[in-house]
Amino acid sequence: MYRYDEFDQQLVNERAEQFRRQVRRRMNGELTEDQFKPLRLMNGLYLQLHAYMLRVNVPYGCLSARQLRQLAHIARKYDKGYGHFTTRQNIQYNWIRLEDAADILTDLAAVGMNAMQSSGNCVRNVTADHYAGRARDELQDPRVWCELLRQYSILNPEFSYLPRKFKIAVTGAPKDRAAVALHDIGLRMYLNEGGEPGFEVIVGGGQGRTPVIGKTIREWIEPEHVISYVEAILRIYNLYGRRDNIYKARIKILVNALGIDKYRELVEAEWLQIRDGVLKIAPEELARIDAYFQPPAYEQLADQDTEPSQLHDADPAFAAWLQSNVAEHKVVGYAIVNVSLKSPGKIPGDLSAQKMDALADLADQYSFGELRVSHRQNLVLVDVKQSDLHALWQALGALDLATPNIGLASDIIACPGLDFCALANTRSIPVAQDIALHFANSTKLQHVGDLTINISGCMNACGHHHVGNIGILGVDKRGQEFFQLTLGGSSDEHASLGDRVGPGLPQSEVPGAIERIVDTYLEIRDGKDECFLNTYRRCGMEVFRTAVYGPAGPARRVTATRQVA
Amino acid sequence: MAQVLIANRLSDGLVVFLAADGAWVESIAAGVLIDDDRAAGELLDQGLADADNNLVIDPILINVTVRDGTRTPDAIREAIRAAGPTVSVET
Ligand code: SF4
Repeated sequence: MYRYDEFDQQLVNERAEQFRRQVRRRMNGELTEDQFKPLRLMNGLYLQLHAYMLRVNVPYGCLSARQLRQLAHIARKYDKGYGHFTTRQNIQYNWIRLEDAADILTDLAAVGMNAMQSSGNCVRNVTADHYAGRARDELQDPRVWCELLRQYSILNPEFSYLPRKFKIAVTGAPKDRAAVALHDIGLRMYLNEGGEPGFEVIVGGGQGRTPVIGKTIREWIEPEHVISYVEAILRIYNLYGRRDNIYKARIKILVNALGIDKYRELVEAEWLQIRDGVLKIAPEELARIDAYFQPPAYEQLADQDTEPSQLHDADPAFAAWLQSNVAEHKVVGYAIVNVSLKSPGKIPGDLSAQKMDALADLADQYSFGELRVSHRQNLVLVDVKQSDLHALWQALGALDLATPNIGLASDIIACPGLDFCALANTRSIPVAQDIALHFANSTKLQHVGDLTINISGCMNACGHHHVGNIGILGVDKRGQEFFQLTLGGSSDEHASLGDRVGPGLPQSEVPGAIERIVDTYLEIRDGKDECFLNTYRRCGMEVFRTAVYGPAGPARRVTATRQVA
Repeated sequence: MAQVLIANRLSDGLVVFLAADGAWVESIAAGVLIDDDRAAGELLDQGLADADNNLVIDPILINVTVRDGTRTPDAIREAIRAAGPTVSVET
């Protein structure tokens, strides 16, 4: 993992002290709220419905056990004893006092973490495949590029006031677990015919109120040029992006307005000027960063037979967990373990301080002290010996962190929604809880297999509803909460946006509608190997629309009865 | 139309209501309840002055319904602000 050098450390220490002075000036009235708000946002501090919320960067989802313990300490000392892992691989604290915010930044700095640029119109935390450096299908570890991008973009004065926020995602594997086509810039590493690694550069993807699948701006760029190419993209966006309308300010709108060919032409012309300048990555610099990402001291092991079928009779619960929560590691004898934060009835992505500590201990014991945060709001232990899987499964089970549902329909993404978020139209967490509990006592979801359900409480789409196989968007209709379903979304290497099924449903009807969709899928799928998404792509909307609304189609709804519990 | 004045306290961000004695209190039941336009204007002015004095952020009047002595904001958003999240959090 990357560790801060003296420059990083000095920067975050000074930043915490600077914010301490800014808070003091706000508290004694030297700064008005209008003056202070952009300053606090640049340090990740929002004002939500009930309190301040602090968003802490987990750089490209990588977390050490020591850092997780510090996050637990912060949760306990300054919050209500828990934190919330987000779809951007970050952690948010919901109950922060302004008076404590600078102390928290100091505590974060002590373990090489910060909250800089986790808000505001700047380059946000770069995200990556949560299996980066470990996945068996990976070509090259993308984290070194993520770290270069982090260093390049942090406090970069030219890009501190972009027209709008800017998100970059990187993957080094053919299987896209980082949703690169749904980012302002997506970098997808692959090998050319000569076996050399390089990147496909995708631009202008995004979700929100105008969802767009990104377009390829360059089929191939050598790694040494990737930062300068990113700079060229940023510079053209910074110059031409709209600043008059917040809803039209993202790069996707600019790319759409100019057309990808014109945008490419501008970027290429800019890039020609800078490609061989200071941003060309020298081999020594690459080697210096790469040294931080050297693999841990793996033992020489043989692959164990962890085929679930072998274990099924002996221990079906363990077999189910192996099947859904454990992924193949690039090193023989090791495995990647997904820790589900989606026990039915719990808040997706939430973790108590006590469990953070326990998980940090398990990471030390079983995974060289290293964890990851996934954009599906789960955690990952990346280096587990196959021979330790059973013991780890038992330990996780005792913490209620071994629900065997990764990638299944109860592994739901849910944004904070109206329970916390000041921008929300509706709640999302209770909808996720209802759905997960609805299926909790049946094995149906195991039969269904891969199916993502993503929920957002407004069109900002933090819950990635556009790219859920089933997406759920909360809408407010005359003061009542309704939920619109979409089908067919996907964020993988064949990304697609979901299609709307019909008018919104009241919350009480959502789990039943999901069950009817799932039953329809089970009925019409072309064998067990055809996943929900492929069945939808083959059969289309009508059969599912009928399942949701009946043959007569959606009735006009006049009222819904939802009470705030 | 019954109304209360709601805001977030600057120091900790918590949801507060303006009480009759000019203090900001965390319980909606302890806030001042008004039901005429003149009182509403005065209450809002007082809140805005406290915002200028760096005590609270974004004071606004919200409509509430009083039933069996319990005050519930009419908008779901404000009801959740007043009562807290509708989901129980990890402990
Ligand atoms: S999608 Fe909307 S409600 Fe959900 S967290 Fe984002 S802004 Fe808030």
